[in-house]
Amino acid sequence: MVDITPNAPKKKTNWMPMILGGLALVMLAAVAWVAVVVLKYLWVETTWFIPALIVVIKSLALLVALLVIIAFFLLADRKIWAAVQLRRGPNVVGPFGLLQSFADLLKFVLKEPVIPATSDKVLFLLAPLLTCILALAAWAVVPVAEGWAIADINVGVLYVFAISSLGVYGVIIGGWASNSKYPFLGALRSAAQMVSYEVSIGFVIITVLMVVGSLNLTDIVLAQKNSGIAHMLGVPWFTMLNWFFIPLFPMFVIFFISALAETNRPPFDLPEAESELVAGFMSEYGSTPYLLFMLGEYVAIMTMCALTTILFLGGWTPPLSIPPFTWVPGVVWFVGKVGFVFFMFAMVKAMVPRYRYDQLMRLGWKVFLPLSLAAVVIVAGVLQLTGWYR
Amino acid sequence: MNVITLFFYLFSGVLIASAVMVVSSRNPVHAVLFLILAFVNAAGLFLLMGAEFLAMILIVVYVGAVAVLFLFVVMMLDVDFAELRQGFLQYLPIGAVISAIFFIELALVVGTWQLAPEALALRKAAAAAPVDAMNARALGRVLYTEYVYFFQAAGLILLVAMIGAIVLTLRERHGVRRQDVMRQNARGKADAMSVVTVQPGQGVTVQGVKRKDAAGQEV
Amino acid sequence: MQNLLVDYLPLVLFIGLSAVIGLALMIAPFVVAHQNPDPEKLSAYECGFNAFDDARMKFDVRFYLVAILFIIFDLEVAFLFPWAVALKDVGAFGFWSMMVFLGVLTIGFVYEWRKGALEWD
Repeated sequence: MVDITPNAPKKKTNWMPMILGGLALVMLAAVAWVAVVVLKYLWVETTWFIPALIVVIKSLALLVALLVIIAFFLLADRKIWAAVQLRRGPNVVGPFGLLQSFADLLKFVLKEPVIPATSDKVLFLLAPLLTCILALAAWAVVPVAEGWAIADINVGVLYVFAISSLGVYGVIIGGWASNSKYPFLGALRSAAQMVSYEVSIGFVIITVLMVVGSLNLTDIVLAQKNSGIAHMLGVPWFTMLNWFFIPLFPMFVIFFISALAETNRPPFDLPEAESELVAGFMSEYGSTPYLLFMLGEYVAIMTMCALTTILFLGGWTPPLSIPPFTWVPGVVWFVGKVGFVFFMFAMVKAMVPRYRYDQLMRLGWKVFLPLSLAAVVIVAGVLQLTGWYR
Repeated sequence: MNVITLFFYLFSGVLIASAVMVVSSRNPVHAVLFLILAFVNAAGLFLLMGAEFLAMILIVVYVGAVAVLFLFVVMMLDVDFAELRQGFLQYLPIGAVISAIFFIELALVVGTWQLAPEALALRKAAAAAPVDAMNARALGRVLYTEYVYFFQAAGLILLVAMIGAIVLTLRERHGVRRQDVMRQNARGKADAMSVVTVQPGQGVTVQGVKRKDAAGQEV
Repeated sequence: MQNLLVDYLPLVLFIGLSAVIGLALMIAPFVVAHQNPDPEKLSAYECGFNAFDDARMKFDVRFYLVAILFIIFDLEVAFLFPWAVALKDVGAFGFWSMMVFLGVLTIGFVYEWRKGALEWD
């Protein structure tokens, strides 16, 4: 009988994998044992471990909730855009396309990451990371319901303002590190634009702060709950009248439009005007570095929506402080209001044509800046004359 | 206490390391980025001292605004720093002499420093508890009333800076067409078009209607 | 003061966690996705030809002017923050001292407007 497989290996017990597997098991057990001992020590002997663990769990819950909500808001954005243009929008992945964003995430992770040969490689990767981390970091101080802030610091508004002013770095560094014409020009434009609108955002925040007298975000919401027009009219249950968007309506509008410009949303998406600059500072990016830019952008948009909600729409307070409304938990009201502001963002994107660059600068410096500066003076004057401080 | 000490050494260590990198890194853009890192760590140190308002203002003003300008300048000037470094050895002796003079002066100043006798006692005494936990408000209470002259001087310095920047950088340009939004919006049907009844076989003669374009020039 | 720092520790933890999420996303494709770079793929994006030189170039001085004006107004905002918070306490004197400050800067603003520094062309 001819052996048709002359090179067939001899049947021989291969000990190697078994030994390795055994070793791995032993090591795993050792690591687990050490982990248990360390955890037990931390749990029992130290006073800081349990609070820190609670904070980590809370932060993780907030971050995961935020990212999942963003996934659906992103889909909603595309759906609204599609609906305005009489299209269907994404409708293939999952029922009604609900899982589209998750499919996109998977696609980005599986794409080949390309780092251009002439780029500054460290900065090229640092830029999207910075954008994403900074955008997420702002959410640490946002009170999504009464007492539901990870860090309820005294200078909450200032912190969010500072973080949003750092958003410009991701753009500049990304554009410069790419070492390519379109990203460079896009980064320049974007930086000048973000910087221009930040001033009016600052002035608008000041007008709200003057009425409240505190930099704490929770205090700002409570001020809209416990005092205001409704209390003056003698209908304290009609909380909606207390919200600052009624007395400070012009400021609300300026803030909303400046927030669009600050986050590079249409109609102010000049840095990524695809007809002129390909994709602006993101031209060279692909795979998850690009995803991080997009994620950072959407998180920043959510932050602006949340800030609008807190400053002008009463945060987590229900519109009417009477039973059917007060039964709904505050966080639901908060997410609902953020969703409403985001809906306005999406509608603006769908309906308004893109601004030209000189018009954009004119609007920022010649319209919003004087208007908001005048508003600071007027609001301060009214408060000084009438003594309507909180 | 130990966590605070840990953070103090972390912040100051990174601060000093990044400050060293600012002066030693070859690429000017990297130097500016290290400067930003140094600013952020300085803000962290402010925070450890309880000056949360100053920490945030440091980030808003220095990191959010001044460093953006630095980055712009460094990117804009497109300076070839390798070229600038060429004369390094040539200028080394004179640079060394100047820095030696500086160090001697500094040593003289520090050497004659005398602490007020009551200063140490004051340092040991417990700091007065702040009336209000919010140091932004505490700052606001004194800055605009007690220190009003300094405050107004700051305003004047800002005015000088604003005018100086314009005087130094602004250049008049000629032949630039600008959009005048007011004029565009004010333009009505009457000055934009005229209705002409055309007779058959006559054609239309352009009557040389003077109209102004958006920039106000006559066409 | 101890309380103040206790407020900030969660902030540090939160930023650390978001950094972990960002880093994980950043590293994922380098581990998971296949990589097959070639010179064309790695070259900078241009319209059909190779880039002539370094893309970083001198640009308009106007961007520089915008950045300076931004610093000045940002400082103005920074001065307004403590004032807005303490408006109730500083009284009429504090109010008018800020009005003078804003007036001085408004002079600068009017100057730059008249000079055409805000024009963009």
